[in-house]
This record gives sequence, C-alpha cells and structure tokens, in this order.
Amino acid sequence: MFTEADLDAIWLTLRLATTVTILLLIVGTPIAWWLARTQSWFKGPIGAIVALPLVLPPTVLGFYMLIAMGPNGVIGQLTQQLGIGLLPFSYWGLVIASVVYSLPFVVQPIQNAMQALGERPIEVAATLRAGPWERFFCVVLPLSKPGFISAAILGFAHTVGEFGVVLMIGGNIPQETRVVSVQIYDYVEAMEYGQAHVLAGLMVAFSFVVLLGVYGFQRQPGSVWGVKT
Amino acid sequence: MSILSGTSIHAQFRLTRQSKGLAPFELDVATELPAQGVTAIFGHSGSGKTTFLRCVAGLERAQSGYLEIEGQVWQDAKQFMPTHKRPLGYVFQESSLFEHLTAFGNLKFAIKRAEEPTSSEDFDRIVSLMGIEPILSRYPKQLSGGERQRVAIARALLIQPRILLMDEPLASLDNARKQEILPYLAKLRTSLDIPILYVSHAVDEIAQLADHVMVLESGKLVAQGALSEVFSRTDLRALSGFDTGAVWQGQVIEREPQWHLAKVACGASNLWVRDVGDEVGTKMRLRILARDVSLSRSEADESSIVNRLPVTILDITPDQDAAMVLIRLASAEQVLIARLTKRSLDTMQLAVGQSLWAQIKSVAIVR
Repeated sequence: MFTEADLDAIWLTLRLATTVTILLLIVGTPIAWWLARTQSWFKGPIGAIVALPLVLPPTVLGFYMLIAMGPNGVIGQLTQQLGIGLLPFSYWGLVIASVVYSLPFVVQPIQNAMQALGERPIEVAATLRAGPWERFFCVVLPLSKPGFISAAILGFAHTVGEFGVVLMIGGNIPQETRVVSVQIYDYVEAMEYGQAHVLAGLMVAFSFVVLLGVYGFQRQPGSVWGVKT
Repeated sequence: MSILSGTSIHAQFRLTRQSKGLAPFELDVATELPAQGVTAIFGHSGSGKTTFLRCVAGLERAQSGYLEIEGQVWQDAKQFMPTHKRPLGYVFQESSLFEHLTAFGNLKFAIKRAEEPTSSEDFDRIVSLMGIEPILSRYPKQLSGGERQRVAIARALLIQPRILLMDEPLASLDNARKQEILPYLAKLRTSLDIPILYVSHAVDEIAQLADHVMVLESGKLVAQGALSEVFSRTDLRALSGFDTGAVWQGQVIEREPQWHLAKVACGASNLWVRDVGDEVGTKMRLRILARDVSLSRSEADESSIVNRLPVTILDITPDQDAAMVLIRLASAEQVLIARLTKRSLDTMQLAVGQSLWAQIKSVAIVR
C-alpha cells in the first residue's frame, strides 16, 4: 500500500515530531512557568510573541525563518561561526522552525495548568522545607501533569500537520525534509490521486485519534493521579 | 508577665496592603509571646490574624519587622529567613495536601525534608495521635475534610518543627467534622512540647485549646494575656456578644456519685458540675457563659439553681446588643461575667461595688 518514498516520509515525520516535541517541552516549560508567575510588564508582549504562530500564515513565519537562518541572518551567522553551516533545507533547520511554529500549542496548556495551581501548593511546600527548585520539580511539575500531557499531544500533532513552514524552510528533500504533508502535495501535483488518498486518509485517522485522546483525557481529570473519583 | 529571653517569641510586624477598591489594610503589631503552650491569635475576619501568622512563617514579608523565636532571629532589618529555612510546621485553613501523593506520600514529603531522621516510633506515635493509620494509602480526593486536616497536621509535625502554626484549621469544616478533630487537637497540646500559635475566630475553640490569647482588631493588638485573664474582660469588641463568658481553672475536690455531680474548686469559689468521671484532684477548665449568669439580691434558697456565689460588681459595660449590658463580678479573686437586660439593671438599681448573689444556670467543662 505504501511506497518506499511514503514510508520514508512517514518515518521522517515521526522522527521530526518526536524531536520537536521533546525540545518544545524543554523550551516551553520555563517560558510557561515565567508567564504563569510573572507580574512583569513584559508578560503581555512575551505572551503575544509566543502566540504569534497561532495567527500568522505559515509562509510568513517560514519566510522570516528562512531569512534568519540564511547566510546573512542572525541564526545563519551564528551557525556558520559554530561550523555547523547553514540550516535552511536541512532536517535541523526544519526542527528549529517547527519548534517556533508549535511553541504556543505547548506553552499555553502548561501555563494554564500552572496558573490553575495557584499559590497554595507552593507555599505548603515551602513550609515543608522545600527550596525553590524542589518546589518546582517535586510539586509544580507533577501537579501540572495534565497540562504537560495535553501540551505534548498538541505539540506532536501540530508538527505532524505542518506544511507551509516545511515548504519555505525545508523544501522537498527525500529523507531529509520531505514529510508526509509534502509527499501528499507531490502526489496531487503529479495527479497520483490514489497514493494521495492513502496518505491523506492516514493523516485524517491519526489526527482524529489524537484529538479524541486530548478531549477524552480532559473530560476525566480525576484519572490523572491514577485515582478514579 | 515577665518572660525569660530565649524562651519566648518576639514579634514585631508593620505591613500595609493596598488592594483595588478596598480601604488599605494595615497590620501593626509588636508583642512578646510565651514559647510554650497554645497561644491563640483571636480576632474577627479582617483583623489581620492570618496575616500575622503568615508573617511569622515568612509567607508574607512585613515592610518592617523583627522576629525572634527562642533566641533565633528569623527576621530583622538586615535579614529575612525564607520560609523553607524556618523550622516551623504550618497547617492551612483548607486542605493543603498534595493531590498527586497519597496520604502516606504527603507524610513522606515531610519526613524526607526533616532535619533529623524520623524514628519509626516517632512516626507511629504521630500517626496514631492523629488516628490516620487506616487511611494512609488513600489519595486526598478520597478523604473527608476532617481526615485531610488530620493528615495535614501529622505532616506538619513530621517536619520536626520548633513551632507549630495553625491557621483556623477547623474553619473549613462543618460542625460534626469539627467535633471529630477537636479531641485530636486537645491531645496534641498535651503531647507536644513545642509552642503552638493557633489562629481562630471561634471563641469556643479557643476556650478549649488556648493557654494564652492575643486579640487583634483592625490590624492592632488590643489585648494579650492568660486565657482566663483575657476572657474576663468585657471591653473587647471581638469577645463581647452572645458567646461572652469567663473561663475558670479548677480542680475536682469531691464527687457525689448519687447525683452524678462533682465539686470543683476554682480558687476560693466552689462550683458543682456534671460528674464526667474525673477523679478527685483532676484539673479542669470551666466556662461560664455570661448569658447563663443571673443576679439576685438574696441567696434565694428556693431556686432550682445549684451554683450560687456571693459576688461584688466590678464594672458595667454596654453590650453590642442595645438591650443588654455586661456586668463584671468579683467572686473572691475570680472574675465572672453576667449578661442582663438594661431594664433589669435599672429595676434592680445595680451599681458598681454592690454585693449580690450570682446564680449560675450552667457550667461547661471545656476540658
């Protein structure tokens, strides 16, 4: 049913989404924590910047990323100095662009979960001799678990579903940047509707299952702790 | 009362808080408290009692403050010891258990962070003191409000505090749950040798648990002293009202099994109370509500009232209720309070210095 090229695209997509999700959880957690706690004037502007990918066309985002990663861009000059070379049209360029593109989908659920905790558990932990790091790792993180699960699912799914940014940054290089969505585009361009159907159907099924997971999970918050209430 | 330095708590906090649309709140308290027994911090809501406790814990930072606990400075002009460095236990008003941990997991959170390793005897003692053995494997969501609070108290003890701070630990519970926990708290005060600061607005809880009371009104300290001393005052707004009443300390000196009565000597005055099974010599604390005390010119032998004491009027204060007055009476060296209507005051032509008989309709054994 799947051609060699299809399998390559599926494998690449999964690899990209996994890498991006892990990076997003690492990058997104401190941002979410800061946004959840700060009283700073910068909260508004930083929150807006994080949310920009929600409203911008992927082509706009991809265009600027392309410029930034290019030989004269900020990121491009840095990567050249570090001896990595240029990132556009490479797997890692795609990873970085995807991290930026899916950032709000990860930051917002975590931020909401952390805000919902309120001050109390943190104060309780302080009266039990837990220092600031312990309070974060032993209390805030485990109590925000539902937010992290939603964030991971949404980040992964959104990365799987991207197209515009991939075309702008990654182009269409087999095994490097040709993800499933691009492969479908190629099939349609070449009028190979049968193959397009197979992959498109796969994407629909995947997305449905993911969303079912997210909504089903949110409906029963009691189950998060392993306790049926 | 003079207190030796090193065995007391010196606290001085000044803090102003501005919140939108509300009058600014100011806490301005300087006090010295005994570092033993239960000190109740009493006041109506908005009096600053919780804020005071949070300042002691370091959860709130007073703009200007000084705090010394048994010779150790926790806060002064130069330093502010963060909460997690202070050797204290804190019990919050509502459930404060970590939802992602079982009751036992919550206790372990404290054990892991306590200064000294917890011996299994200590653990067993605290767990049985709070009566929580059967519920240790449950999650907070599976516990009743009273059970949660008992686990929270056990957790606060397992951190091995040098002072225990309790912020209205019963306020979020209904009356039945309250009655369920009160005996545990009473046990706690007799089995602990660390001072307890207990915030409450419930007069009956304080009458039962406290040894020492500080009264706050609008962020200011208005009275402080031994429980019976403070409870014999009628000039405190926080204490006047339906629940006003004196607290006496006494000792059982005689029992009358035939009538199920016990005679309790409180200084030179003797009172008959219900015999609840205490041996002769048992110390008890009695509460005599002002509304249960009436006055008469003669001893009135034909009355059904068991307890009658000769008294002298010390002073007369208007009550919050416009129809009532509070009269302070000296019965030997003890103070009794009576709550009468203004009309009785007028018809009996009562005045300071007069000698009368107080008839006490009921005496409650608070412990």
